[in-house]
Amino acid sequence: MADGAIAARFRLAYPGFALDVDLELPGRGVTALFGPSGSGKSTALRCMAGLTRAPDGLLKIGGDVWQDEARGVFVPTHRRALGMVFQDASLFSHLTVKGNLDYGMTRARVTAAEAGRDALCEMLDIAALAERWPDTLSGGERQRVAIARALLTRPQLLLMDEPLASLDVARRLDVLPYLERLRDELDIPIIYVSHAPEEVTRIADEAVVLDRGRVVARGAPLDVLPSASRLVEGGRFGVVNALKARVVAVDDAYGVTRLAHPAGEILIAARLTTQREARVVMRATDVALAMSEPRDTSVRTILRGRIEKIDATESALAFVTLTLVGGDRLVSAITRLALDELRLTVGADVFVLVKSVALDERGL
Amino acid sequence: MPTSEDLAAIWLTLKLATIVTFLLLLIGAPLAWWLARTQSWLKAPLGAVVALPLVLPPTVLGFYLLLTMGPHGPLGRLTTFLGVAPLPFTFAGLVVASLVYSLPFVVQPIQNAFEAMGDRPLEAAATLRASPLDAFFTVALPLARPGLVTAAILGFAHTVGEFGVVLMVGGAIPDKTRVVSVLIYDQVESMNYERAHWLAGGMLLFSFCVLLALYGRRRNGRHG
Repeated sequence: MADGAIAARFRLAYPGFALDVDLELPGRGVTALFGPSGSGKSTALRCMAGLTRAPDGLLKIGGDVWQDEARGVFVPTHRRALGMVFQDASLFSHLTVKGNLDYGMTRARVTAAEAGRDALCEMLDIAALAERWPDTLSGGERQRVAIARALLTRPQLLLMDEPLASLDVARRLDVLPYLERLRDELDIPIIYVSHAPEEVTRIADEAVVLDRGRVVARGAPLDVLPSASRLVEGGRFGVVNALKARVVAVDDAYGVTRLAHPAGEILIAARLTTQREARVVMRATDVALAMSEPRDTSVRTILRGRIEKIDATESALAFVTLTLVGGDRLVSAITRLALDELRLTVGADVFVLVKSVALDERGL
Repeated sequence: MPTSEDLAAIWLTLKLATIVTFLLLLIGAPLAWWLARTQSWLKAPLGAVVALPLVLPPTVLGFYLLLTMGPHGPLGRLTTFLGVAPLPFTFAGLVVASLVYSLPFVVQPIQNAFEAMGDRPLEAAATLRASPLDAFFTVALPLARPGLVTAAILGFAHTVGEFGVVLMVGGAIPDKTRVVSVLIYDQVESMNYERAHWLAGGMLLFSFCVLLALYGRRRNGRHG
């Protein structure tokens, strides 16, 4: 087992539900547990936290054993060096933001300097909220405070249970960029439970797909989500792509930004004046394919790529995974009808059409 | 005007209610905690025992308390063994009886508050390194504060308004067991209606104010 890696094995059975997972997870980066409700992803997370005790469970993280029932080891939650963020933030309503932040920090015997409190609060934009009461915060602010509260204990492992699920779309967009920054700056493993493919593609390095208590797929989000997204309601609309591209020019007259990508020019219907590099997010359902270069079309972004994989679902949709010129990968959702009529096959070179209005850093 | 006899009864009543409320919060909070969180089969029977004083006639309660505290009852044997005076017809006996009599009025609001908060705050506390005992004092109790205040108000008021059990267990010994409700009874028995009025009217006003405070709090709680 690599340094800091996690070994987790849990078996649990309730009437109508069984969990049976055996996972080796990396010691850093974000691993998403993805699946529909009832798939056991939250239960697996609770088992890791020690909030639910699997009778013959095993959990090792780095050199520490938190649970090994075969040897009679079960470390209670409050003695595990973990941080957990719940769906509803669960701030203590009788304490101010500062009181909430200090609660775990003092118990973990960490000083504000050791925990890097000021820098963390700065990064999560909550420094100004210290004296506020949880009731007076927005949903996004609450969730950011909850994240800071968990991290201030300097955990070895961060568990997040659908941290965006209770927020509306606007609030979700408040928090998502912070999660992306955390992912880039933290060097502890993060286990992220979600049923939203767009969150998983944006945040996770790896996705573990659960269904009915079992692991059914595992891999890079773009590899597993096209077929796994059918497990969740509306999931096929949630498969999103993220490409990094360099800002070349901002056209003020039209209010658009041109970005350079090895596979072609990307046009965004927004002015990205402050950035040199942008992460462009586009839904798989907003990506169309053509066998020849279309000429009379309103679509301004046309990239070159090759079909790498085709997942035909039982529904009307098929997911086509493409390798773009330059090596980035992209998923397009098209109808099975189109797939057959165009005779698209693995290995074919195609033109990838993305409606520029769909290209938006905030496009979730 | 209240006489010194009245004032003594009022003082005794307030002393009794204060002591009983304080002790009941100490006993009631852990008991309510256990009732709110246990999955043991004992939950239902114990919950029913706690609620018994709500439905039993005070005479039944007083009768058994008298037997329990009497020289041949378990509590009586204990006091004999410890070399202290038997509890019936003493202030201490009144305190013990009132603890039983007012128990549900204190336990139930606290239990409701604990149940309403659910497991989540305690789970969050555990993930922030708080031991269960630590979480009880620093998260559960503060969050249950409205329930605790309601419990204290109800426990105090109900003890003040106690009559039947006091009469059964304590009698009417001036300065020891003759509380306001008992004194009113004595005055009415002796046809001293005017003296009874002072005390009865006072009780009426007191009870109204307590309930007003309670319902006012609830309304504010809902809006705030």
